[in-house]
Amino acid sequence: MQELVNRAKALLADGTVARVLGWKAGEFAYDPEPAFFETEEDLKDFVYDGFCGANLSKYMIEASKLEGKTLVFLKPCDSYSFNQLTKEHRVDREKAYIIGVGCKGKVDVKHIKEAGIKGIESIVGADYPNPAETLEIKTLYGDKTISYKDAMLERCHVCKGKDHVVFDEQIGESADTVDAERFAEVEKIEAMSPEEKFAFFRAELSKCIRCNACRNVCPACSCRKCVFDSTKFDSAQKANTTSFEEKMFHIIRAFHVAGRCTDCGECSRVCPQGIPLHLFNRKFIKDINTFYGDYQAGEDIEAQAPLTDFTFEDREPGQFAERG
Amino acid sequence: MKKIAKSDLSKLFAAIAEGSELYLPVKVAGQTNFAPYTADAEVDVDTLKTVKSAKDIFFPQSENLYTCKTDEEKNISITPEALQNENFVVYGMRGCDAKGMEVLDKVFLSEPVDSFYAARRAHGTVVAAACGEPEETCFCKVFGVDCAEPVADVVTWTVGDTVYWNAYTEKGEALTAKLADLLSDADEKAVEDEKAKIRAIVEKLPYSDLSLDKFGAGKTMELFDSPIWEELYKPCLACGTCTFVCPTCQCYDIKDYNTGKGVQRFRCWDSCMYSDFTMMAHGNNRTSQMQRFRQRFMHKLVYFPDNNDGMYSCVGCGRCLERCPASLNIVKVVKAFQEGAGK
Repeated sequence: MQELVNRAKALLADGTVARVLGWKAGEFAYDPEPAFFETEEDLKDFVYDGFCGANLSKYMIEASKLEGKTLVFLKPCDSYSFNQLTKEHRVDREKAYIIGVGCKGKVDVKHIKEAGIKGIESIVGADYPNPAETLEIKTLYGDKTISYKDAMLERCHVCKGKDHVVFDEQIGESADTVDAERFAEVEKIEAMSPEEKFAFFRAELSKCIRCNACRNVCPACSCRKCVFDSTKFDSAQKANTTSFEEKMFHIIRAFHVAGRCTDCGECSRVCPQGIPLHLFNRKFIKDINTFYGDYQAGEDIEAQAPLTDFTFEDREPGQFAERG
Repeated sequence: MKKIAKSDLSKLFAAIAEGSELYLPVKVAGQTNFAPYTADAEVDVDTLKTVKSAKDIFFPQSENLYTCKTDEEKNISITPEALQNENFVVYGMRGCDAKGMEVLDKVFLSEPVDSFYAARRAHGTVVAAACGEPEETCFCKVFGVDCAEPVADVVTWTVGDTVYWNAYTEKGEALTAKLADLLSDADEKAVEDEKAKIRAIVEKLPYSDLSLDKFGAGKTMELFDSPIWEELYKPCLACGTCTFVCPTCQCYDIKDYNTGKGVQRFRCWDSCMYSDFTMMAHGNNRTSQMQRFRQRFMHKLVYFPDNNDGMYSCVGCGRCLERCPASLNIVKVVKAFQEGAGK
């Protein structure tokens, strides 16, 4: 980790960058927060470990408006989001100095707590660059362990790969953490009867509290003013007026980010109610791959996006309707 | 003091639900929140903290106030929403959430009284649960909450396979009397030991002694323009998670829903994190996220104490510590001011 701090200090000192966007140590062993560091002194709180799952790309929208360059640390998957935002002219590549930082999978305290571990005092094993196979956790109720893999974010089980798609320099190695089939969950839902599907989504989405965390963290949700925040339009509701409305919100959001969502998984990471929101997006990705050929948003900044590129070979809308 | 075997709780719930509506922690799709009891609900009394607090039983996230309708002769009728007029029971509220009700009472039961809230308070009986295993995110002690003995109509303690039950108010006694067939007499010993055990754990929690010296009534001028806010708010995503899981956030918006032939006027929780918070015709509400972020903490730690004899509107439940997408929270804010961030 010191290597990252040293490099950040050097880039601040020689004036290459005006600030650093990274992660700052939190109150506990597991809650680092995204943070801007303006001085070398500030960097004493910098942290990069297994709990730094937060994707910093979206913060670069605001950072792009500031004077001078911002040094941003991006994990391989975060770099897809940054690229996509560049493609959509929402971040300024010239305002970013990107250090592609190595990643060997990120863990989330949510999964540790789901395993019944509570009263956490300290966690050992999530260190960069080499996390342990098992996290050793001291709690008020005795010593516990959980395997690193079991604490990992969903996105890491279906990792996009070890490569950064955009960077100025790279520090650290990444590891292959894939141990699940990316579309397995989607296929499971596709195989359900319409009634089962409805029951599944109803149970999941009925938990929604309309906090908008999924939308606000999403790098693809970068509208300056969201239609759901408009005060001049009936869609502007902070609560669900009908039992269907929360479903409508999430379905509309999924449609809006279709073809642009890089599958970074931030929506599911932040949902306070544990709704697997990424499944909507992944269904669209699967369909896009099936009907237009494999496409990974954010991978190639020059590539034509399937949903905004008309060709005579495109499927007719009727074919989708028939498919159901 | 009464007791019941933990394995008989389902009988207890069924008995309560026979005479009145019962709200208790129910797990749906992996998450536990307060919900009405049904025979097939997956009741979960073991989870320490429900995702949302128990607040919305008394102050629902969304509720109709009245409905306007136009008939074929174009006559307009206005039907107010009926007030709660049946007794109901809330089971399993924690000490922090119970304290949260005291905070809400200050807002909704002072003049002009909120009739919807007042009716629910009058008809609700709260059965609270002591927290057998508090977590590192809990800091209720700071706000005078004793999670070993919450303030409620009835308090329960789970010790091994036994749930102890003690009534503290008339409402609590009345409920206990109704359940006499299921509850048997118990001595105090096990509960006293449990309370001592819980209080000993609370002493070990990292933020049980968080100092609030820098905050409280009368501190507006000192804190409002502090440069620390500029440093703190930056990771904030401006979502409403902290406000919606909070047991004391009480701000609401009033909106109209067009039903086609009329209008349903409803109110719903609002969040000071949202860009249209307090937007009115003047169009001149808070303009930056720093201001919105500051509002939330100033309200809880300064303005509320200003207006309510020093009472803070945080109860230390720690839900914001667990749920904020950017790992921001009130403890970080308090500590930043204690330490004078910016150095």
